[in-house]
Amino acid sequence: MTSATIDAVPAELVRGRGGGGPAPTRTVVAYGFWIFIVSDITMFSALFAAYAVLSGRTAGGPTAGELVNLPHVFIETMCLLLSSYAAGLGALSAERWRQDRFLIFSVFTFLLGAVFLFIEISDFAAMMKVGAGPSRSAFLSAYWALVGAHGAHVTSGLVWLIYMMAQVVAKGLRPHVLRRLLCFSLFWHALDIIWVGVLTVVYLMGVP
Amino acid sequence: MLGKLSWSVIPFSQPLPLYAMGVVGLAILAVLGIITRKGWWPYLWREWLTSVDHKRIGVMYLILALIMLLRGYSDAIMMRSQQAIAVGGAQGYLPPDHYNQIFSSHGTIMIFFVAMPFVIGLMNFVVPLQLGVRDVAFPVLNSVSFWLSASGALLINVSLVIGNFARTGWMGYPPLSELAFSPDQGVDYYLWVLQISGIGTLFAGINMVTTILKLRAPGMTYFRMPVFCWSALTSSILIVVAFPILTATFAMLLLDRYLGMHFFTNNAGGNMMMYVNLFWAWGHPEVYILILPAFGVFSEVIATFSRKPLFSYRSMVLALLAICVLSFMVWLHHFFTMGASADVNAFFGIMSMIIGVPTGVKVFNWLFTLFRGRIVFTTPVLYSIGFMVTFVIGGMTGILLAVPPVDFVLHNSVFLVAHFHNVIIGGVLFGAFAGYNYWFPKAFGFTLDERWGKASFWCWLVGFYLAFMPLYVLGMMGMTRRLQHIADPSWRPLLLVAELGAIVIFLAILCMAAQLYVSIRTRASRRDLTGDPWNGRTLEWATSSPPPAYNFAVMPRVATIDAFWEMKRRGLTAIEPAYEPIEMPRNSPIGFIIAFFAVITGFSLIWQIWWLVILGLLAILLTVLVFGWSENRQLEIAAGDVARLERVRLGLGRPA
Repeated sequence: MTSATIDAVPAELVRGRGGGGPAPTRTVVAYGFWIFIVSDITMFSALFAAYAVLSGRTAGGPTAGELVNLPHVFIETMCLLLSSYAAGLGALSAERWRQDRFLIFSVFTFLLGAVFLFIEISDFAAMMKVGAGPSRSAFLSAYWALVGAHGAHVTSGLVWLIYMMAQVVAKGLRPHVLRRLLCFSLFWHALDIIWVGVLTVVYLMGVP
Repeated sequence: MLGKLSWSVIPFSQPLPLYAMGVVGLAILAVLGIITRKGWWPYLWREWLTSVDHKRIGVMYLILALIMLLRGYSDAIMMRSQQAIAVGGAQGYLPPDHYNQIFSSHGTIMIFFVAMPFVIGLMNFVVPLQLGVRDVAFPVLNSVSFWLSASGALLINVSLVIGNFARTGWMGYPPLSELAFSPDQGVDYYLWVLQISGIGTLFAGINMVTTILKLRAPGMTYFRMPVFCWSALTSSILIVVAFPILTATFAMLLLDRYLGMHFFTNNAGGNMMMYVNLFWAWGHPEVYILILPAFGVFSEVIATFSRKPLFSYRSMVLALLAICVLSFMVWLHHFFTMGASADVNAFFGIMSMIIGVPTGVKVFNWLFTLFRGRIVFTTPVLYSIGFMVTFVIGGMTGILLAVPPVDFVLHNSVFLVAHFHNVIIGGVLFGAFAGYNYWFPKAFGFTLDERWGKASFWCWLVGFYLAFMPLYVLGMMGMTRRLQHIADPSWRPLLLVAELGAIVIFLAILCMAAQLYVSIRTRASRRDLTGDPWNGRTLEWATSSPPPAYNFAVMPRVATIDAFWEMKRRGLTAIEPAYEPIEMPRNSPIGFIIAFFAVITGFSLIWQIWWLVILGLLAILLTVLVFGWSENRQLEIAAGDVARLERVRLGLGRPA
């Protein structure tokens, strides 16, 4: 028996669910990236669990209520959500091969993300100044790790965005560039989902 | 400049590891010398090191697993010998500090660098062939996964000579693993090694899930997939949702150790039991990550060699999925003694018993498949039957341990050690060896020697029972695990039996080596020219052995479960199809390069050589950016070339 014979199964027998043969590359790439995002969210869920366990263990140090600047958090949230909105518009423009529009929306995406990151870093710096660094208490360790991990993701997203803009400028909106852009937008929107979790668990529930 | 690295970290006072590494180093130099002399480097680089072929990567995973099995075994025999000697007044030959490193590295290596690469290697090799496709979803990522695992394996061996390994056991529980109680680099080796190889494992899982769900031959619906593919799918889903928990947990411990944080410390509000919970939230699914593919192997082997379709395919699949879900609901049974309330313990005890039910379903399905089958007693079948008997015993002792009051008595005793070796050797390892014997001809084009294979099986089986049944008794006599010195001389006779068992297992490993050697020597007479040496049922047997790089010149069409069996039953004869051009991924050195820098980064993180850490990370980033810019990653084989290759491969004579 050889592979040469395999094709001889009558085509009408080939039916049923999921029997349509290999998916197109675009689907495969996006799907694989979805699975990666699932794993990333699982990693965050462990950090959330740690935060939930340790949020009250302040060891006599500052509590969330004393440290958090809610107006800042509001601006951060707005920046991130609007950044995602801009990223969405950019993705739609890219799908329509409107390269100039894509680049403009991407600049907005980047700037809003950068403002978010700037506020977050300055808040972290202020916390260091008042002796609320990550080694002060278990609560602060969990806080810095959770919020910091999200911030690190935003940072890598910004690097990725610049890199993708460079690819678009250099090569145009070719299929493989579009596939990578699709992954980037999935990533950028997933960071919003995680931020909504951080906002709820750390800030809204943590601040009386 | 060199962080915490200095000459004093090389253990000149402990000659044993230095001799061991000297021998290993000479062996490596000899191998490298032979390769250089024979001029094999270009071949190795082109065909293996930069290969993104799932079959080559699968084989390299298996080689890694077999090499590390030797390392893990030498740790085991050292421990067994120490416990057999150091009784009463005798102190044995291993000082406590060294002994503690050995049991820690034994567990770490056997789980992460033997069982995991074995299982992932088999999935890598077999799944695309069984699905009737040409490669995995992300071939280059696949190569990155393998080389990151190999990096971890390299670094854990470096810890033999430069510095120490952890003394905290393979779980690395705090507060012992915190900086205050483990101030040297041992725990850092453990953590960084597992972070690096863990990323590789995660990528492998993502790749496998995407491959199975999105790349199947036309007509291969979900319920026509071979059971091994289902087991690979469930195992990979568990990898995707369990390994990130481990990554996060180790990251927290690293933050504690490097930046003075307080996740798991005694002071400042840390909670060490959180580590234990998080660890086992990964750790219990991990057990099933290992055993589910082994279940898949047994399903294939038993159906093939009973000459029958697998009994109750659907219940087999449902049992796999049930185990996949339930495996996340039992983690607390690893530490009933934590102090949770009786209600909590009762819940997890009951869940642990429930998870035995789908496993029981599978055992009955295998038995019914054997029932009235025309069984051919090949080596893989012997492993399968040995597995069924052994694994049921291991499962029963697991059910015993799932009863919290019993667990309070047996917790941390060698009864537990016997239990998990019972399921891991009798389950995972037997499954891996069955798969190795079963698919070897597919990978290399000739069968393995049956006589040496059977000898190896019997040594494994007998050795296992001799080595671990005494531990059940000793556990009930009160012997705790990880003892460097035995105070009660009445335990000695049983410990000597266990030592004998370890020696028989050594014979089993020798038989495996002999099997490989003899088979290679006599390969001319054991060629598999049909591609179907076992009269198989699934698509991997529909192509030649070894398969061409593109697996199938024409993608098969699937109409039933056991697709290849159906094709044979319908008596389809060889015709020459219309060949089309095939796109295959190009070779890529990305995996090897990233792993190279990962080793450098990992090593400098362990020794806190910060400038080198930054350089290493930048190099990895740069590699990824360069790769991310590329576009022409495919290589097209023209239709005429495919036809020519196929004619040669099928022995149809010279190209027309």
